[in-house]
Amino acid sequence: MSSWQKRVGKSTLLKSIMGIVKTPKGSVYLNNENITKLPTYKRAQKGIGYVPQGRDIFPQLTVHENLILGMERNAHKKKPIEKEIFELFPVLKTMLDRKGGDLSGGQQQQLAIARALISEPEVLLLDEPTEGIQPSIIQDIGRVIKKLKNRGNVTMLIVEQYLEFVMDVADYFYVMDKGHIVLEGKTEGIDPREIQEKIAI
Amino acid sequence: MDTYLLQIFNGISVSSVLLLAALGLAITFGLMKIINMAHGEMIMIGAYTTYMVQNLFISFLGDRYFDLYFIAAIPLSFLITGFVGYLLEISIVKRLYGRTLDSLLATWGISLILQQLARNIFGAPNVDVKSPAWLNGGVVVLSNIQLPYKRLFIILLAALCIAGVYLFLFKSDSGRRIRAVMQNRSMAESLGINTRKVDSMTFAIGSGLAGIAGCALTLLGSIGPTLGTNYIVDTFMVVVLGGVGRIIGTVAGAAAIGIGNTTFEYFTNASLGKVLVFLAVILFLQWKPQGFFSISSRVLDE
Repeated sequence: MSSWQKRVGKSTLLKSIMGIVKTPKGSVYLNNENITKLPTYKRAQKGIGYVPQGRDIFPQLTVHENLILGMERNAHKKKPIEKEIFELFPVLKTMLDRKGGDLSGGQQQQLAIARALISEPEVLLLDEPTEGIQPSIIQDIGRVIKKLKNRGNVTMLIVEQYLEFVMDVADYFYVMDKGHIVLEGKTEGIDPREIQEKIAI
Repeated sequence: MDTYLLQIFNGISVSSVLLLAALGLAITFGLMKIINMAHGEMIMIGAYTTYMVQNLFISFLGDRYFDLYFIAAIPLSFLITGFVGYLLEISIVKRLYGRTLDSLLATWGISLILQQLARNIFGAPNVDVKSPAWLNGGVVVLSNIQLPYKRLFIILLAALCIAGVYLFLFKSDSGRRIRAVMQNRSMAESLGINTRKVDSMTFAIGSGLAGIAGCALTLLGSIGPTLGTNYIVDTFMVVVLGGVGRIIGTVAGAAAIGIGNTTFEYFTNASLGKVLVFLAVILFLQWKPQGFFSISSRVLDE
């Protein structure tokens, strides 16, 4: 899990893992398989879930349709939406027939995470899940991330500028600057001020 | 008064042909942002498919089953035109996404090639398709008004196609995928949707619908290689006037243009009628550039 500053290439990193942007140098591996050359949809089918910055809910589709689309990844074994999703995000259950575009920012964020989780990915990429979202919902999202972590069947990679949030939910962090990793370590026992200083440089 | 009622009816039947053609265009132009000038030629291909089906029935099945040919021609013109559309998409159109103006030129070139191809295969003169006997005649509603079965059949066909497209887009898995890809391509792909496959299928369906329009047109007159060019402008007007991305908009647009055409023609003459329709459309778009129906939501407002 990671925490970075503005315009240093963090969203690009996630996009390149997802295959939305090309990877000019280096390679992407998933379970010891090189997926650098695979198209985005195949990577998704191999088990990467993606919650982009800005959430990218389909605005004209209902909440229910947005969730169903999350199952495209393994479309052959279709099943009804599991209760668990609504336990994590109770607010979604009450607005299944609303258009995705009519939801508030926080609700859209929760929908985006639910949509990514519904296909039970092995890796979940979260791009600034707290951006532009009211504090109470940030807390909810933090709780969900911790819950998923404790269950232990999904690896999460979070890009975030909100230092306190990410130090709270993450196990391990990388600090990134101009496309390079400048600091990394366990979140446990590190003083956030140390990172702050590094970022200031 | 009676003649005017008949004019309205004719207007509705012209609308229904336009609607069939415009449904396909609403998909390729409205959703995929490709200005497909070859869409008219898809109408032409559908019409010639009907012609060929008719000839095949005459040569192989004889008179007894001849009347059934039209029933076979409708799905066949959809499939064959759809297949041509598919080939077009995977060879040429796929390079044109996001390049709207280039798509106009390239597809215009395709339309000329297809017209010449039709000329080489079927000859330049128009050919006739004989309507099946069960579509001759009509319903007499008032003492001197008769509604021809052919036109009623086209209206019915258009209604069925609308219902089909609606069910497909809004109730099926493939339809949901199409809507997702058209709204946010990279997100749809990130969820595991093969967007290339969706693109070519969407384009094929749009083309196939034009094929059905061509099939319907054979009931109204003879067909020739330039059949499509007569309809392409009106069809584009329907889509622009109706507003992008809404089926109801396409229906309203087709009704407005179809009835507008016949009404203005009735009070003036053919060419002046056309000018008046154009003028009305331009004025309307000045007032409402989005057309009759536009999509509004929080996200799109930003």
